[in-house]
Order: sequence, then structure tokens, then C-alpha cells
Amino acid sequence: MIKHFLLLEWRSFTRAASLKTNIVLKIFMLLGALYFGLVFLGMGVGAYFLLKEQGLEPLETVNKYLIYYFVVDLAFRFMLQKMPSLAIRPLLPLNIKRNAIVHYVLGKSALSFFNFIHWFFFIPFTIVLIIEGYAPIQSILLLKAVLCLVYANNYFAVLIDKKDIVFYSIVGFFIALFGLQYYGYFDITTFTQPFFQGLYSTYYLFLIPVILLFVLYFYTFRFFKSELYLDESLALKQEVATTENLTFFDQWGKLGTFLKNDIRLIKRNKRARTAVIMSVLFLFYGLYFIMMLKNSPGAGEALMVFAGVFITGGFLFSFGQFVPSWDSSYYPLMMTQNIPYKKYLDSKWWLIAVSTAIMTVLSTFYLYFGVDIYLGILACAVFNIGINSHLVLLGGAYIKTPIDLTSNKNAFGDKKAFNLKAMLISLPKVLLPVLLFLIGKWIYSNELGYLLIALAGISGLVFKNKVFALIEKIYKQEKHAALKAYKQ
Amino acid sequence: MIQIHNIQKSYNGTVVLDIENLEIPKGQSFGLVGNNGAGKTTLFSLLLDLIKPTKGEIINNNVAVHASEDWKPFTSAFIDDTFLIGYLTPEEYFYFIGELRGWNKADVDAFVAPFVDFFNGEILDGKKYLRDLSKGNAKKAGVVAALIGNPEVVILDEPFANLDPTTQIRLKKIIKKLAEDKNTTVLVSSHDLQHTVEVSDRIVVLEKGKVVKDIVPTTETLKELEAFFSGE
Repeated sequence: MIKHFLLLEWRSFTRAASLKTNIVLKIFMLLGALYFGLVFLGMGVGAYFLLKEQGLEPLETVNKYLIYYFVVDLAFRFMLQKMPSLAIRPLLPLNIKRNAIVHYVLGKSALSFFNFIHWFFFIPFTIVLIIEGYAPIQSILLLKAVLCLVYANNYFAVLIDKKDIVFYSIVGFFIALFGLQYYGYFDITTFTQPFFQGLYSTYYLFLIPVILLFVLYFYTFRFFKSELYLDESLALKQEVATTENLTFFDQWGKLGTFLKNDIRLIKRNKRARTAVIMSVLFLFYGLYFIMMLKNSPGAGEALMVFAGVFITGGFLFSFGQFVPSWDSSYYPLMMTQNIPYKKYLDSKWWLIAVSTAIMTVLSTFYLYFGVDIYLGILACAVFNIGINSHLVLLGGAYIKTPIDLTSNKNAFGDKKAFNLKAMLISLPKVLLPVLLFLIGKWIYSNELGYLLIALAGISGLVFKNKVFALIEKIYKQEKHAALKAYKQ
Repeated sequence: MIQIHNIQKSYNGTVVLDIENLEIPKGQSFGLVGNNGAGKTTLFSLLLDLIKPTKGEIINNNVAVHASEDWKPFTSAFIDDTFLIGYLTPEEYFYFIGELRGWNKADVDAFVAPFVDFFNGEILDGKKYLRDLSKGNAKKAGVVAALIGNPEVVILDEPFANLDPTTQIRLKKIIKKLAEDKNTTVLVSSHDLQHTVEVSDRIVVLEKGKVVKDIVPTTETLKELEAFFSGE
């Protein structure tokens, strides 16, 4: 039986449409995975020494924040981890015992990258602990317990998949707890830290995570088995639809027609909504840099320009990057309808421009960190609207990755992973403003640097019609290739 | 209306469609039949410039479809579910198509109203997005949308497949009515010989990418076609 399952997996992997796409992108994705592995590895090795340098007891400090670590892990799993469900539909009527199917599905989820990545942190961390003189057996017990919790988290994520309310209440609860802790009202970690510490300091507490894992596995198993019917957990979730006329947009004619559709696209598809949420998260990306650069002034501004592009350009990167792939599932319709390409692209451009403007307004809180930083963000906003919006549409003509809008249905194939690709393709769009800034700074001052960035953006706006004509031409050239690629 | 000149489509050297000359006059109701892989959908995709011909060209109302987009305003089609926008309700979808063809909401409402029987209460106000409709219902929405805006050329690929018997009969009426209008050229493909014979003024049989029969239906046509396809 296992042999058959493994063969199926192998074929689904080697024959996945996404594997046949661009080999360059494949390499980038591999590099990305390696990057995250290395980051976790570096953290695992370095965490001990970093914490010690700060005058903290490393193990106790890690244990203190472990509870939040798991909540963040759960959040990432909920958003990104592909849950096993639809892939097993064709197996149901075959001569395979239900138990075997469920064990296979749950076992498969254990092999996910989202579990494996934690090894990169905890194993080196444990090794460092042992080298630094912590009791070896107890350290290993702790490692074992924590890895059990990682897998328990995995099955918990499988259980609450699609149950948005449960997930958001958990996350909301812990955000509230973190707030209370931050402002010194109530500290949850005074309760959880002793438990995690106990995993190390006692010889028996590690049994709790082990038992927890078994119980959760068993419970998930039972749950899945009882719901292994096409009209239960395997059913496709259907929303109640209401017709929205959005007549407000009618004043812009054909452009309005497309804008209406794009707004519905974002509202009604999980994948597109995620892109919007991501773009809001990008707004806070600059804080990370500000915190990081506090200790090393001087090298800062160029990096802030780098961050500035993302602060206002979140939507541009998370949504714009995949024009026209958002329309991939009905591209043949778009290509046979009476559609002027220019209007179609223009609608996407306006979405990007308006979102960038909104983000620019929202980003005024960066003024708190100084006018210089905010000027940089403003310059980048102009650059985003003038240059990057065009670049992103231009790039879209070549990306040609079909998007399964309803990826909450967990269709076969790991298409969710492409966020990473997006990040990597974005690099030139970010490096250009940094370069302009450095030139300006080198010639005269920071302000000249910002001015150069903004001027580049404005020139992009001035030549918008010319650039659009070019983009339109390329979209037409790529039409048949795109249609073929989306057919997958 | 439509002229097909020496059109050939091949994939990796295998010819899947090879038509020397085919002319479809304005107002004709053109039925295309053939087994799976005979090239029906390929021909329709070529007509809509969804794929590039390996050789030859197609002229739709004096417009070479591969060279210009001017055929789009007067041509409409429903080939498969890639012609549906899944996250729209059927109404929104109709309005969208309507707006692209210069019709406002009231025009579309007035046009859709007579199709209430055809929809059988399952399309309008159904509180469902197109992606959640059954195959048959999605097809109904797609076929009706293809008629919005009074196109001069209507291309329907397998419109009868997946429909229940009542809807098949109603669809036949709709297509016949469309065929009576001498300004509308209708192209319909089907596996169902009887339906095709009933709705068409002309039937072309494709086999392995070639036109093997080109007939005007008479009372004997159904028998002739059945004999052909049973291989006797």
C-alpha cells in the first residue's frame, strides 16, 4: 500500500505543472528555501550567544518566548501550509481501507517544510546548549519535547484548517496577551515559561508534549475519518453570493467595468485577499529596519530606501506582480471578448496607484522617526507609482503562472509557494531606487538622492502612454503563450 | 461571413486539423459533428484566435482573425468553463459581458428576462457564484451570456453536453430561433447527431482533422450520419 502511495506522490511531484515552468524560477525557489534554512540554522547556532551577550540566561529566555513562537508558527501554517484534503478524493472509491488513507494523509502532512524548518533551529540550539555545559540528556529531552510540540502544532493546524473563527480567536487572544505583557499588566509567560523550563529541568515533563502529540494525532485521525465524505470535510466550501452592482464605478466607462471586476476578485477570493493583507503587513516593514539600524547609523539611509519601496508598494508586489495571472482561469474569455487591452491594464494600474497612495497616507506615522526617513518613503511612493507599477505589469506578461484563485480549496499542486518567487523577481525594482539614492547622496546630499528617485517616478508618469503602448504590444505578443500556460 | 483557407494546425508534427477550404455564409446555422479528437474545438479555438494556426488563415467578416482584433465586437462564443468568471454571480457576469458590448444594466435585464424558463429558477437570484454552480447550470449561464449584445457570429462548443433533457429541448428552440435570424451566423458543435440535425441548415463532419462530409440536412440525414459513425 505504502508503495502505491509513494508512487502517487512521486508522480504528482514530477508531473506538477509548476515544476515545468521556468527553471530559473525553480533555482530561485530552491535558493529561497535554502535561505530560510540557513536563517533558522544561524538563529539556532547564534541565539545562545546573542542572548548571553545581552546578559540574559539563554535557555530561560528562549523558553519564555516559546509560547509566542508556536503561535506565530500556527499563523504561518494556517496562512501558507497546504492542507491535505482534495488530493485524496480519487482514492475514496478504490479498494483501500479508510484508515490507510487517513494515516497516509496525516503522515504526509508531517513531511511538510513547515515542520522540517524548525529542526534547523532547535537541533543546533540544543547542540550549542550541550557544548556550553548544559546536561546532555535533559537537553535532548527538551529537544524531543519541543519537536513533539512542533508536530502537535502541525496536526492542530490541520484540525482548524478552514475554521477561520477558531484561528482568528486564538491569534486575537495571544495578540491581546502580548499587549498586556508589553504594557506590564499581565505576563502569560510567567505561567508558560516554567512549563517549558520544566521540560529541561525534570525527567518526566517531556512526556506531556509526547502524549499531546499522540492525542492530537489520534483526535485528528478520528476527525478526518468521520469526515471522509464528499459532502463533509472534502466538500468544497460555498459562500452565499449576493450580486453587487458597484455603480459608483460606472462613471469611468470601460475602465470602471474592469475595476468593478477587480474589486470583486479581491473581495471574493481567498488568494487575492491574502495579497491585500500582505500589502498591509509590508507597511510595517520599515520598523524592522529602523530597529536594526538604531545600533549602526551611517549605513542606514540606503537600506531605508530599500524598505521604503516595500512600505508603500506592498500591494504592488503582492498583487501587481501577478497581473494578468489573476485572470488566468478565464483568460480565454478575456481574449475573445470585446476588450481593449489598454483599458484592462489601465484598471490594474489604477488599483496599484490608488493602493500606493493609500499606503503613503497610512505611512505618515514614520514621521515619528524623522523627516529624513519620511521623505525617503515619499520618494519611493512616487517611484512605485511612476516606474514600478509599469515594471510590474511588464513582468506580468512573462510570468504566466496560472493562479488558482480558490486555493482555500487546497487543490492539487503547491501553487501557494510562489510568494517566494515574487519576492525574488522584485529585486531590480528595489535596487534601482537604492542606486539612484546612492548617486544623489554621493553627488550632494540625501535630499538630492530622494529627489532623483522621485524624478524618476514622475518621468515614468509623464511617459505613461508610451510605456503602456509598449506593454500592450508585449501582452499581444505573449497572448497565445499565456493562453497555453494558463490551460494547465 | 467566415472563410477558412488552407487552415492547418499541428502539434509536434501531428496534424490535428487540416481544412482546405470552407466557407460559411452569413446567417447560416452551421453544425459541426465528429468524434473526440476530430478537431472540433481546435477549429473553434482557431476561429477565436485562441491558438495560432500552423498554416493558412481564417477570415471573419473580412477580418483576418490572426492579424486584427476587429472581429471581437461582432463575435461571441462559449467554449468551456474558462469563459466563465467564477467569482461573479450570473447576473454580474451578464452585466460584465453586456458592458463590454455596450449594453447597460437595463438592456441586459430585458434581454435575460425571456430566458427565465431556460434557467429553470436555478441561475438568477440563486445566491451562488458561477464557480459553485453545477456544470449544467454554468453552461446555461455561459450560453446565454454568449448571446448578449446581438453578436453576428455565435460559436457554441458542445452546448448540449451536461444539460438535462428539458433544458436540451429548450436550448434547441433558442438556437433554432437564432438560426431564423438571417443576420446571425451560428456555429454549433456536438456529439449528439439528432440535436445537430435539428438545429442546423448545414452539417459538416470532421474526422481526424479533415472534413469528410458536408451536407444539407434532409429527412435521411440522421440515418446517413448514424451509418457513418457506426462504421457500417
